[in-house]
Amino acid sequence: MPVWQALREELKDQNFELVTVGLDSLGVEGCRSFIEAAKPTHPSLIDQHHQLANLFGVINIPSSIWVDENGMIVRPAEPAPAPPAKPGEKAPGVPGIELPSELPVRMKEMLTEAAKFNSDKESYHLALKDWVTLGAESKFAMSPTKVVSRSRPRSEAVAMGHAHFELAVQFEIDGLRDLAIKHFRKAHELVPDSWTFRRQAWSLERVGEGPLSRFWQGPNPESPEDWPYAGDWLKDVKEVGAENYSERFEP
Amino acid sequence: MILKSLKLPRTQFERKTGWLLKPEGACKNDLCIPVNHMPIIENNGSGDNSDNDSDNVSESTWVDVGYLAEALNLALVEEPEVPIWALGPDSLGGKALSSARAPELVLPDLDGNEFRLSSLLGKKVLIYAWAPY
Repeated sequence: MPVWQALREELKDQNFELVTVGLDSLGVEGCRSFIEAAKPTHPSLIDQHHQLANLFGVINIPSSIWVDENGMIVRPAEPAPAPPAKPGEKAPGVPGIELPSELPVRMKEMLTEAAKFNSDKESYHLALKDWVTLGAESKFAMSPTKVVSRSRPRSEAVAMGHAHFELAVQFEIDGLRDLAIKHFRKAHELVPDSWTFRRQAWSLERVGEGPLSRFWQGPNPESPEDWPYAGDWLKDVKEVGAENYSERFEP
Repeated sequence: MILKSLKLPRTQFERKTGWLLKPEGACKNDLCIPVNHMPIIENNGSGDNSDNDSDNVSESTWVDVGYLAEALNLALVEEPEVPIWALGPDSLGGKALSSARAPELVLPDLDGNEFRLSSLLGKKVLIYAWAPY
């Protein structure tokens, strides 16, 4: 987020505002250290019930939605890569998280896979600046018809999956873990293209201590049989192919 | 939307789902779906969804969410063990967005201050979704 904060400072005089939204069933508790480390000067919100999934069709993070001065969406939810690093600048780590010098094998493997993710950061950020400067004249601002047709498919089954996810989060908040897992599983089955629904559930099965424990996202090697989900981060990313994890930027 | 009962104050149903209950039917954007009878229930005090947020508890017009979910094809899921329901989004048009008009987004910040997306009308806005996992 600090890189986005910097981008916001760069663009704010062009009638632009950034609104960051943390999707986490743990709410403030889950998001606080990250937000405090980023010291945002823009609205920085907590979305405990994943309203962005329901309302805008967000299926992965990081994602963005562009909204114009008239409150019209001009680009629906799509992957939002971090701005390209300036020459000589080191890619930033995750604020609030310090990687131990010796990572467990699984974490190393996860980092290797994550390094293969697509990132169209150059084209995405050129498009963003073009839109901020040109507004409706920008070729990257879509027509209302295109915005709707480019938004995620939502069948009745997908809508049901969202309802199951809402129930799961509520049970998680109420401390009813078995019921939460039951409905997370149903949500995963009905909305198979949502990485957020999966990552949210996996992140609650902590392995180890501290903030890194939420990034394990898979079976505990000491008791793999206790893992309650069909997939896990490493398994699912490998299955789909790391290079397909994030959709390409399409003008 | 999480429901502890299938009876909901009408205004809350309208605000949370975007479906407005009018004489000609239930309407959203430019679409109206006729509903056979307007399912208005007088509050007899047994509905208990009014604690969900700051809605006026003394409100007298309630709706039958089970009926409306079926009539409008809204995803309604029940967990019988508790019992509790979740009313999912509608799947009108088969897309996450049924209109390019940005829906109202109301979310708190770290300090619990309520933010409304509509407060930024007049500016270009980039909504950035992230997660700490």
